[in-house]
Amino acid sequence: MALTNETIQKRLTDKFGDQLTEWESPFGLLTFRAPAASSLKVLQFLYDDSELRFRFMTDLTGVHYPDRKDEELSVVYHLHNLIDNIRLRIKVYVPIEKPDVFSATQLFSTANWMERETFDFFGINFVGHPNLIRILNVEEMDYFPMRKEYPMEDPTRRDKDDEMFGR
Amino acid sequence: MTEIQQHPHHIKLSEESLQKQTTTLNLGPTHPATHGVFQNIMEIDGERVLETVPTVGYIHRAFEKIAERRPYYQITPLTDRLNYCSAPINNMGWHMTIEKLLGIKTPKRVDYLRIIIMELSRIADHLVCNSVVAVDTGALTGFTYVFQYREKIYEIFEEVCGSRLTTNIGRVGGFERNFSAASFSKLHGFMETFPKAMKEFESLLNRNRIFMDRCIGAGPINAERALNYGFTGPNLRAAGVDYDVRVAQPYCSYDEFDFKVPVGTTGDVYDRYMVRNDEIWESMSIIAQAINKLDALEKEFPEQKEVFYAPEADHFHLPPKEDVYTKMEALIFHFKMIMGEIDAPAGEVYHSVEGGNGELGFYLISDGGRTPYRLHFRRPCFIYYQAYPEIVKDGLLSDAIITLSSLNVIAGELDA
Repeated sequence: MALTNETIQKRLTDKFGDQLTEWESPFGLLTFRAPAASSLKVLQFLYDDSELRFRFMTDLTGVHYPDRKDEELSVVYHLHNLIDNIRLRIKVYVPIEKPDVFSATQLFSTANWMERETFDFFGINFVGHPNLIRILNVEEMDYFPMRKEYPMEDPTRRDKDDEMFGR
Repeated sequence: MTEIQQHPHHIKLSEESLQKQTTTLNLGPTHPATHGVFQNIMEIDGERVLETVPTVGYIHRAFEKIAERRPYYQITPLTDRLNYCSAPINNMGWHMTIEKLLGIKTPKRVDYLRIIIMELSRIADHLVCNSVVAVDTGALTGFTYVFQYREKIYEIFEEVCGSRLTTNIGRVGGFERNFSAASFSKLHGFMETFPKAMKEFESLLNRNRIFMDRCIGAGPINAERALNYGFTGPNLRAAGVDYDVRVAQPYCSYDEFDFKVPVGTTGDVYDRYMVRNDEIWESMSIIAQAINKLDALEKEFPEQKEVFYAPEADHFHLPPKEDVYTKMEALIFHFKMIMGEIDAPAGEVYHSVEGGNGELGFYLISDGGRTPYRLHFRRPCFIYYQAYPEIVKDGLLSDAIITLSSLNVIAGELDA
């Protein structure tokens, strides 16, 4: 029987109960939220389980939501089960003061650079990463540029008034 | 003996590298053999590579940050500059992502036209990669020969959209204008002349003893490691996994087409080369099928000849220039679109297409405004280049060079 969103959701809820929340499937892609403390356990279960077999990490990235108190930063995983050809999205939220997420490098070698990139741009600290240093930006940079508090234009510039068309 | 001081440098070398009887070689960032800005600090013993530390980010342009401030249309030129060898695939992948968010269904004719353009750019991409592998093995002839045909592909792009390398081709819902008669005649000309040249290119290299000795067994990766490293595209297929986004999650009516997914076995340079060569033939067959389907469609419904974008995408499609100059309504729309005053619905969408190098994904979060809240590009190059140190380890330095070119790492896509 081919794997469907419902069977995946049922299997995960059987295992993790109400730890996994915010189930939805925008455009058919099953999405849920996992707590930061057990995110790696969820990934491991999805990888090992003989029925789920989510063994391909498509994407890992970060998002910054400055308005959400104590869950400002989010890590989004896209996993793919290549055998049943079904995708999955996991979101993990962490507070900006202590942005610790367990690293998935032990499971997926590909997570290495993707986590470095997410650290580089959002400052998410991947606990257990073998070499968590900046990757695309210069080493000397002391801020995380993809966070929303850094606007695109230089805020000190006065010669470029974007009041009319820029927001 | 005085202690040798390690030079203060941000690249971490192995502890003993200064004491050992090995050589530290700084390959790149600009080196004629790397075909792009890639730096690799290599620890070599004679000609054998012991350790490689790649540095990336030399041409990082913060596209994801720029995209958060730009209306949807103005992001298309950013995608051009990811994998600039096959820019139309990136452009159309992005347009399809927006169409998915807006719920636009494109007409069949648009799908076929898109497939023609995307497969042409795949051919161009693979031609560059394969002929560059040949250059790195010492055969310049093939490169100069097939580049003539890449030029012919670019002439078709030029006829369709006006530009060649960074194309900015198409619009949300279709194309900016209909294909001209000249673009079709150029396409037919290419379809007639290219197979002969491609056969010659293949007979120059495929069974060439020197080329085979050079490529077979160089830079291999097995299927398990390739999957773990997130390989996609020809590089994964060369390792024996038949994952192709066009087949696994068909977009743009690819499910109507009949084509093979070529696979290799060992994932070495030769297999990657062969998979790309076979894919060129498959792309040729897809284009031929698309032309036939177009003809059949236009024969059955002659009014279809004028269809080149989805009518539901009107809010994202610039009106014709003559209307802009003569009609108030069109002028207003034109202005609104150019200034990006069109809001997209809120939502989260991941869409991926089979790019020249693998699964090119767009993860778009829209909060309902005129710009994306967050846009992330899943760049296949960035993901598989991290396997490079593992692939070239214990091989020869010269094998490392051809491995780099056969992986088809494109600096623009790597650094975004």
